[in-house]
Amino acid sequence: FYLTPPQVNSILKANEYSFKVPEFDGKNVSSVLGFDSNQLPANAPIEDRRSAATCLQTRGMLLGVFDGHAGCACAQAVSERLFYYIAVSLLPHETLLEIENAVESGRALLPILQWHKHPNDYFSKEASKLYFNSLRTYWQELIDLNSGETTDVKEALINAFKRLDNDISLEAQVGDPNSFLNYLVLRVAFSGATACVAHVDGVDLHIANTGDSRAMLGVQEEDGSWSAVNLSYDHNAQNEHEVERVKMEHPKSEEKSLVKQDRLLGLLMPFRAFGDVKFKWSIELQKRVVESGPDQLNDNEYTKFIPPNYHTPPYLTAEPEVIHHKLRPQDKFLVLATDGLWETMHRQDVARIVGEYLTGVHHQQPIAVGGYKVTLGQMHGLLTERRARISSVFEDQNAATHLIRHAMGNNEFGTVDHERLSKMLSLPEELARMYRDDITIIVVQFNSHVIGACQNEE
Amino acid sequence: AAGMFLRLLSDVRWRAANPKWRKMTCSQRSTSSTAEPHPVSLPAQAQVVICGGGIMGTSVAYHLSKMGWKDIVLLEQGRLAAGTTRFCAGIVSTARHVSVELKMADYSNKLYQQLEQETGVNTGYVRTGSVSLAQTQDRLISLKRIASSLNVMGIPCEIITPKQVAQLHPLINIHDLVGAMYVPEDALVSSANVSLALATAASRNGVQIHERTSVSHVSIQKGRVTGVETDRGQIRCQYFVNCAGQWAYELGHSGEEPVNIPLHACEHFYLLTHPLKEPLASNIPTIVDPDGRIYIRNWQGGILSGGFEKNPKPLFTEGRNQLEIHNLQEDWDHFEPLLSSLLRRMPDLEALQIMQLVNCPESFTPDMRCIMGESPTVRGYFVLAGMNSAGISYGGGAGKYLAEWMVNGYPSENVWSLDLKRFGTLQSSRTFLRHRVMEVMPLMCDLKVPRWDFQTGRQLRTSPLYDRLDAQGARWMEKHGFERVKYFVPPGKDLLDLDQSKTFYKPDWFDIVGSEVKCCKEAVCVIDMSSFTKFEISSTGDQALESLQYLFSNDLDVPVGHVVHTGMLNEKGGYENDCSIARLSKRSFFMISPTDQQVHCWAWLKNRLPDDSNLTMEDVTWKYTALNLIGPRAVDVLSELSYAPMTPEHFPSLFCKEMSVGYANGIRVMSITHTGEPGFMLYIPIEYALHVYNEVMNMGQKYGIRNAGYYALRSLRIEKFFAFWGQDLDAFTTPMECGREFQVKLEKGMQFVGQEALLEQKQNGVYKRFTMFILEDHDTDMDLWPWWGEPIFRNGRYVGKTTSSAYSYTLERHVCLGFVQHFDEKTGEELVVTTDFINQGEYEIDIAGQRFQAKAKLYPFSSLFAQRRRKDEEELSGYQRE
Repeated sequence: FYLTPPQVNSILKANEYSFKVPEFDGKNVSSVLGFDSNQLPANAPIEDRRSAATCLQTRGMLLGVFDGHAGCACAQAVSERLFYYIAVSLLPHETLLEIENAVESGRALLPILQWHKHPNDYFSKEASKLYFNSLRTYWQELIDLNSGETTDVKEALINAFKRLDNDISLEAQVGDPNSFLNYLVLRVAFSGATACVAHVDGVDLHIANTGDSRAMLGVQEEDGSWSAVNLSYDHNAQNEHEVERVKMEHPKSEEKSLVKQDRLLGLLMPFRAFGDVKFKWSIELQKRVVESGPDQLNDNEYTKFIPPNYHTPPYLTAEPEVIHHKLRPQDKFLVLATDGLWETMHRQDVARIVGEYLTGVHHQQPIAVGGYKVTLGQMHGLLTERRARISSVFEDQNAATHLIRHAMGNNEFGTVDHERLSKMLSLPEELARMYRDDITIIVVQFNSHVIGACQNEE
Repeated sequence: AAGMFLRLLSDVRWRAANPKWRKMTCSQRSTSSTAEPHPVSLPAQAQVVICGGGIMGTSVAYHLSKMGWKDIVLLEQGRLAAGTTRFCAGIVSTARHVSVELKMADYSNKLYQQLEQETGVNTGYVRTGSVSLAQTQDRLISLKRIASSLNVMGIPCEIITPKQVAQLHPLINIHDLVGAMYVPEDALVSSANVSLALATAASRNGVQIHERTSVSHVSIQKGRVTGVETDRGQIRCQYFVNCAGQWAYELGHSGEEPVNIPLHACEHFYLLTHPLKEPLASNIPTIVDPDGRIYIRNWQGGILSGGFEKNPKPLFTEGRNQLEIHNLQEDWDHFEPLLSSLLRRMPDLEALQIMQLVNCPESFTPDMRCIMGESPTVRGYFVLAGMNSAGISYGGGAGKYLAEWMVNGYPSENVWSLDLKRFGTLQSSRTFLRHRVMEVMPLMCDLKVPRWDFQTGRQLRTSPLYDRLDAQGARWMEKHGFERVKYFVPPGKDLLDLDQSKTFYKPDWFDIVGSEVKCCKEAVCVIDMSSFTKFEISSTGDQALESLQYLFSNDLDVPVGHVVHTGMLNEKGGYENDCSIARLSKRSFFMISPTDQQVHCWAWLKNRLPDDSNLTMEDVTWKYTALNLIGPRAVDVLSELSYAPMTPEHFPSLFCKEMSVGYANGIRVMSITHTGEPGFMLYIPIEYALHVYNEVMNMGQKYGIRNAGYYALRSLRIEKFFAFWGQDLDAFTTPMECGREFQVKLEKGMQFVGQEALLEQKQNGVYKRFTMFILEDHDTDMDLWPWWGEPIFRNGRYVGKTTSSAYSYTLERHVCLGFVQHFDEKTGEELVVTTDFINQGEYEIDIAGQRFQAKAKLYPFSSLFAQRRRKDEEELSGYQRE
């Protein structure tokens, strides 16, 4: 089975999305030029989600990738809801009051977010009322709590993550009279999702990460070469600090059973996640909810299954680790991607491939004949080979697509091998997950001029 | 050309020492050049200063000095023939599409051939011949068209089969060829040596040549050249010639009064190899493979092969200071497609060893034709540059024409298509030039089909109705930067892609234009013709009338409100411009000329109108939107919109009145349509354009109004035998030669420019005659369409060429317009062309080698067309422009 190059392209480009920040008349210029994003499914349906939005009541842009497990319900819910929680957390007191008054008196609401969505990125209509009520409760509490202090972005991010996870948990415990919704909130709570979210406002870049997706900054060195800076830590068994943290939170007696085969309780790869109430609720609560829940839930072996050595829940948290970075002119782009990418590519390669793609410079030394004896035929062979190497760059109009092409098609020489690419993409559904994971990528491009100017002002 | 100091080819070097030239061979001396003193100081004064010691500068110097001008200084910033000239491939090829280019190349070839004998300088001239290959039938048609032109000019040329190609060149792979054109007299030269030979001859004739002298700027006073500033001092002069090649644009902009020379450089690559095991014969033909985008010539037993890639690399956009930074290097990756093409054409070359990839910048112009002539703004400032990589082919002829222009006031050939004045300041933007040349350079090899439109540098000048028309399916072409509608694609109908629509046969818009023409004949159509050049000339007293009476051949002393068609003639009676002039009041005139006359006509009038502050001329082109209402129902639409009677009794033909249309007042309505059909031209102040257009379209609905474009107009005017300036009419055509004697008032009571020449023609007869041909046995669906430039045969003998053609939907035949000459059968001498001579011949038109019978006519078929309006005869045999 063989895919032609146009077939390969149509698969690779099916989910690509690009957004350019509109240029204004020199005022309100953004430090973000725009972003490219794309997804390549391995699961059917895909369990990854992505979100991007501009905050309308505060400054800044939000971008995030979400890797779901045990279904896509939780990732879907987080991708729809998390940015609202963050945006609300960032809002000043007066704006919150204004919004609440508008809702109270039935007036039109101030828009909070402008979404930048691919047509395939959907929002569930049925749950919107439920989600809205939870969100409203949250901002009402924020209004009551009015601390009078200006909002710290780091704190806002942490609060938003924790609050949303809490709401997910509560909604599942309370249930809903509508049976469809009732089943939905339970599916959301029993599945899980990691989240890696970037908030960019001028030169201030915050990364909030929960789980094993990753944020990486592409930096151009003075000599033009590219290097990668990690802006998040993976929350998994490879992260010593994370293992340490989990062990600290539970009695010494559980030390051996906590992490087995590099998994939490021998089951879960990420050590932090949204949802996954099986690792958060007490056994009693789980049993009560499952038994009173709809039949579909009751019949599901996974939900009924209690993790072994389950003594002192919660074992899992959605609290993110937040890293703040001041953008510099040499910081050219940010890559947010789910672990599907990082499993196949080293971050250094990611930095180089994206960097060269964005600048259009391909580090190929020009050929000079000099004094060598070269025939036309030899030269022709050499040139044809070089052209094949760079041609892949020109096929893509999207940095994320370009990265996926490399992730899937790279051969041992670091160049895209069409045959390999064709094989990887034509794997039957049931085999695909064996060779690759869902991949979701967002590449954010920064405006070095704006960043340089901001720096000078400060 | 000047400026590139790469020394790659092992040529001889020359240097000036007095008017005598000393030959020195050296290839390592470039490093020691600083030690050389300047032997001769610059003169304080000269009649002519030429800047640029490449093929163009030396050719101009050579021809000027031959014509008797001796007080000439040629300045070169580096070494003679060291720029593009040094590196150009040295192919002299006469296979050109444009007839004046073909003539220049032919003259160059003949000049170079005898140059060694004349000067004693070895020019490396070898007559090799050239073979242009066709990989497709369309390409072969294109070559056949050129072959027809070459044959009637007496240049040997034949269309040959692939097998014959193989016999001419042993290395060629002929499997993908359908045919080729062989031009046996094409040649190879060492272009640097040709340039040096020309310099040597010029120097012997008294021209002073100074190397290592760069011109910093040209001094101008009162619109005239007064001298040049160089890094070695000043020279006062009356004439300055800018032959600075790719630096001509910058040099033009360095003066106080900028002279816009629209050209831009692109990198150009060619390959040199070591000799073959069996070195190629020195007279092996040069191969041009346009479909493969390459040329291949013999070079010292090996090959020299370059081409015109699809993705050119423009350079020096920001000016020459890049020169230091930008080391022009070999770029093999860029050359790869051309190398592949070369190896496909000559597979046996695989084992041939590479010597060098040469990077030689060439300058390109916005329309692929070179630039020559005098600046419209600065008198005495001449230009010869922008050779689009054919500098060596054109060098001799172009230098000759420019020298004639300077000495005699005009060259011996019609060079309007090369005239600097065809451009305006609108082509001076660096961004425009950069984008346009990236399109032009690949076009060098692309198929030249009729009605080609450039894709870059568009939407610069537009009518206020542009968006409205575009939304209604308008397809656009561009003239002098102005977007004009070709035709309207009806909703739901799709035309072919641009690439697929290229054809020498019946085009895909045939039926669309046909229905527009039908609507013009039966109902009413609107054509936006805002691009026309519009001047207003007025004075406090009678100065305007007096001046115009002198400059125009028709009688302009007509009652106010009348429109006069008239030529603006030169001393020889030829058309410098063809226009209509409306007398707005006793003392003011409104003049309408073709779109591309904006610069030329302005300069012509400026230079000839008296310097009188009470006489003013204003370019009001931008102030008016022009709508042409064509068709029998135009009168109904307009009278309903204006509540004024528009019937011929109230509004006779060739009449002009300011009136209101809809709510808008002050619309200049003229009863002319430029087609011979009934109707009106509306000159609308631009802020009213949309209103008037909407009113006309709404009101016109019940009369079946629709939009139409220039293709419909073209068909209408050609079937009515209307000539237009720039295509049919030029500075070498007089009103007598095109049946427009009635537009000349020889006895209007005062002298006018060209009068004497016309009087003489009236007495002695004309030597060419504008004639209309109706193709008889031509199948519109199956046969090649005529275009222009097709040879005309009378009783089997060549008598002239067509100048334009169109399909007449009324006659259901193709109509060609062209000039017939009468050559003496024995001597070839030109004889007077009489009406009998025209009427008593059997005619054929040669389209790409195939001859079609044609019926010649000196007057249009008035009987075939519907009812005429009175006084139409005048408008009818009259005039038209596009």
